[in-house]
This record gives sequence, C-alpha cells and structure tokens, in this order.
Amino acid sequence: MYCVARRQADRVELLLRGEWRVTTLPAIEAELATVDTGGQRRLQVDAREAQFDLSGAWLLHDFLARAGAGGVSAEFTGEAPPALALIARTLGNEPAAVGEDAMSRTAWLDPAFAVEGLGRKTVAGWRLVESLLAFLGRVSYAVGRASVQLRRWRPTSITRHVYDTGITAIPIVALIAFLIAVILAYMGAQQLRKFGADIFVVDLVTVGVLRELGVLLTAIIVAGRSGSAFAAEIGAMRLNEEVDALQAIGVDPIEVLVLPRVIGLVIALPLLTVIADGIGLVGGGLLCHTLLDMPLSQYLNRANEAIASTTFWVGIIKAPVFALLIALAGTWCGLRVRGSSRDLGRLTTLAVVQAIFFVILADALFAVMFMEMDI
Amino acid sequence: MAAVVEVRGLVNRFGRQTVHRDLDMSVEEGEVFGIVGGSGSGKSVLLRSILGLQKPTAGTVLLGGRDITGMSAAELRGVKAGYGVTFQQGALFSSLNVLQNVQLPMIEHLQLPRRALDELALLKLRLVGLNADSARKYPAQLSGGMVKRVALARALALDPKLLFLDEPTSGLDPIGAQAFDELVVYLQRELALTVVMITHDLDTLFGTCTRVGVLVDGKMITDTLAGIVHNPQPWIHAYFRGPRARQRETVQRETGHGA
Repeated sequence: MYCVARRQADRVELLLRGEWRVTTLPAIEAELATVDTGGQRRLQVDAREAQFDLSGAWLLHDFLARAGAGGVSAEFTGEAPPALALIARTLGNEPAAVGEDAMSRTAWLDPAFAVEGLGRKTVAGWRLVESLLAFLGRVSYAVGRASVQLRRWRPTSITRHVYDTGITAIPIVALIAFLIAVILAYMGAQQLRKFGADIFVVDLVTVGVLRELGVLLTAIIVAGRSGSAFAAEIGAMRLNEEVDALQAIGVDPIEVLVLPRVIGLVIALPLLTVIADGIGLVGGGLLCHTLLDMPLSQYLNRANEAIASTTFWVGIIKAPVFALLIALAGTWCGLRVRGSSRDLGRLTTLAVVQAIFFVILADALFAVMFMEMDI
Repeated sequence: MAAVVEVRGLVNRFGRQTVHRDLDMSVEEGEVFGIVGGSGSGKSVLLRSILGLQKPTAGTVLLGGRDITGMSAAELRGVKAGYGVTFQQGALFSSLNVLQNVQLPMIEHLQLPRRALDELALLKLRLVGLNADSARKYPAQLSGGMVKRVALARALALDPKLLFLDEPTSGLDPIGAQAFDELVVYLQRELALTVVMITHDLDTLFGTCTRVGVLVDGKMITDTLAGIVHNPQPWIHAYFRGPRARQRETVQRETGHGA
C-alpha cells in the first residue's frame, strides 16, 4: 500500500507511504486511480513517511494537478517533498505538451495532406534526378580532367579496388558459376533426353554461360559485395566529415573516392567474368561427363561447334557496362548519406537494389540490341 | 558515508600493454568525483570496467557494495538500471527522436503507460534545460550542446542515484560548458546524485568536483582540489601548474573571479 485515503467531515486525508520510485510507478499509479475524493473540496496530504525519487514525485504532482483541475485544493501536513518543488520549478507554468508528429495517425485521410504529400514527393523526385545528373556531370568532368593529367589516375587506389572487388571475389564467383552451370546442364539434360537430343546440353551450357549467365551472375554477386561496400565506405566517410575534409583541402571527392572505385570495378568485373565463364564451362563439362557419359573430347568438339566467334564477346562486352552501373550506384548512394547512421543503412541497401535493377535492365537492353544486330 | 563506487586492485592488461596496475579508487555518496589523466592513461578503460562493459584482468569493482566483476548478465542488468551514463559523443540513437531516446531506458526496464512515458521524458528534458519543441527532433538536427543535454536526460531517465559523465563538456564552447557545469551542480544538489566524471576541462574540474583522482602510471592518486594542485608528482604538477592552468589563474586574479 502506497497511499491510504481517509474521509473526514470537511476533507479527505491522504497518507502516503513507502518508496515512490520509478520502479514502483505502475503499482502506485494503479492505487492512486482508486483514490476517491468523494466530492470533497479539500485534500490533506501527508507525505512524511514516503520516499520520493523524481519520477515518484512526478506521479504525485500529476495526481494533484488533476485533482486541482477538478476543483480540489490540496495542502500538505508538514513539509511537501522537495522533489515536488523541483518539478514545479522545472515545468514552470507552461503546459507540458508534446508537439504532435507532423504525420499523425489520421492526417493521411485529409485531402489537403494527400495533395501536399504528392507535391513533396514530386519535388523530392525531381531533386533526386537533378542530383543524379549533377553527379554524373561531376564524374564525367573528373574523368575528362584525369584523362588530360595522368597523375590524377591514382593507380595505387585503383589497384586496391581491383584487389578488393576482383581478386577477393574470385572464390565466391567461381563457386556460383560452377553450381549454376551444373544446374543448367542437369535441367537441360533431363528435358533434352526425352528427345534423344542429349548432345544439345552442351549448346545450352556453353551459350547460356558465355552469353548470359556468366556475366549476369557475376555482376549480381559483385553488386551485392562491392556496391554495398562502396556505399557504406563513402557513407561512413561522410558521417565522419572526411568528405568535407577532402573538399576543404581542395581535393575533389569525386576524383579520389568515386573514380578509383569506378575504374577499379570496370577492370575487375570483366576479369571476374572470364573466370566465371571458364569455371562454368568446366562445370558443364564435368556434369556432361558424369551424368551423360559423354567423353570430354566430344564435349569440347561440340562446344567448339556451338559457340560462334562472337558468343564470348557478346557476354564479356556487357561486363564493363555493368561494372559502371554498379560502381556509380554504390558511390552515388554513399555520397548522399547525411546526418545519421540510419541514412547509411538505408542508402547501402538502396545501392544494392539499384545496382541489381540497373544491371538487369541493361542486360535486357543488350539482349534487344544483339537481337536487332543478329548476333 | 558509504562508498558508492569502490575499485580495489584493478588490473587491466591488453596483450603486453598494462593499462592499470593495482588501481584503487573510492567514491563516496554525494561526491562529484573528477577523473583526470593524459591521453592513453586508461580513463575510458577504467570507466568501462566500472560500468561493467568490460571485464578487468584482475581486481574488484563494487557498485553500491556489490562486486560486479563476477556477476551474471542478468544481475548486471539490474545494476545497470541503477546508474546513468553519458558518453563523450553523446551516443544518442540516431534513428530515434529526442523523446524516444529518453524513453528507451524506461521502456526497456519499466511497464509504464504511454502518457506517463511522454510526461516523464518531457520532465527530464525540461530538467536539463530543453523545451518541448526539441522533443520531436532527431539527433542529427541538434547542436553539440543539445546532444550533451539529451544524453544527460537519457542518463537520468531511471532516476539513478549515480551518474557517470565521460568528458561532459568536450566540444562545447566556454559559455555552453559553463552552463553545463552549472546544470550538473544543480542536478547533483537537487537530486542528491553521486557524480563520477572524466574531464580534461580545468574549469569544469574546479567548478564542479569535490575530489579528483589522477591516473598516473596505471594507478590513481586521489586528493581534494586544494590538495592535488600542490602534489609534486611531475605529471600532476604539469597538469595543474602548466601554462594553461597559470593563464587561467592569471585571468581570474586580474578579473577578480575566484574558482
């Protein structure tokens, strides 16, 4: 029991006891709710036997304030708890109201709010396009300037990014290329066997891997690995004011942060694709050999016939374009981080999603283009 | 007077580097205890050891008479609800607004209705000198001084009797630092707090602390402010009697303000 109410002829006596602490707040609050002043106008509070911390005192303050609003005047027997005076002093006479959220729960039903939201989204969308154009412009300018002055290429930095995005990605890219080729060959073999056309599995694997899957899967893996890394690295540098520091020193952040990453990835991704293609063909050959009992020499002969001189190049030509898209998406998202670590997480995710989306979109465009060109 | 914080024979070693060798420290109830030391002297490691964020290599740390070095995670949780901490950079949760930052410890440790949470958090904000307008702001929108104040409000969320402040005035301008010092003194008096603070700010030290502990060679030399300035130990002498300290004294003598 934290409080006992006794009704007298002209007043209600409220005896407070025990520890009014932040930890006991829910229990006290439940008890206070049962206190009934019974229409009396005077409340006599005796708090001499209770201990208060600030939260406990707030509860009493709140109770008395509400009683006061109901026309009940309160006075203390002996001294009022000192924390109560502190609260009164702190809160002053101002109403302690928490400002409503800009978007409260029902606001979206309001047509004016919907129009406003649409307007905001449109402006925000336009700003985004503007900033993308500005970014691409600055990157182009940096490339132009670097192509005149060779020292602006920063080979050390480029080498590091080739290593980080390329060399260290070899195991995972190789593994996935191998597994995909095996899956492709296995699925193909199951279907083609029905027509006795087992041999065309070789065509399926070689053409599929070289033209499409090798480069596409490599790009998607790299987008997940390096696109996110680019965004996170540059974003963390922004939060740490390193990007501002670069600008203050008079160094173009695009030149030292974006360019080496873009160039590094444009070098690394085609090389990774070559590895993926190679491993994919080996995987297909291995499966044909074990599952279809095809001698390796036959696989090689058939592969030679299946692939035209352009097949390999049609695949590999896409790699630098994909690399460009992934690197630009990653670095652009990274540079847009401002303020908080939440922004960093959001934009890192966005970098990967955008990179993969643009890679697949570009792949579709390539497919249409190659079809028109009859390759 | 009971020791609120007591450290006995603390040893912290990382690889070959020994940060603390047999360090003793004791803070009594109602004190404002300042911890001073050069960069790399192990102030932060000491604080982390006391907070139970890091297990020391050897020695005991007693908070309110209970040894926390051997405690289970569940027991530590209870101890952690009993003290408040502010970190050097504020360490506000950037995905939560000011009000939610202050409410987080309450939500985590207590079952309170929404209204009580809002009002209590607002009371804490008002207590540290912030108004309701800032309650809906996010940490990224706050100035350095406001971040420190919100951090203090969050540290006070569970009405602790013990408060740890890590460099409370670093990064503040002298006026903001002075105001923060006054706030700490005010809260210490009004809420009967025991305060342990790490600080480099001589003005803060002289303006708020009742006793000072200096970390030298992995040990702590504790004294009152009046006593420590006459300590002959070279580092302490350089710290309290160096050019910066002398400049401060000169200015005070010329303008007629006492410490």
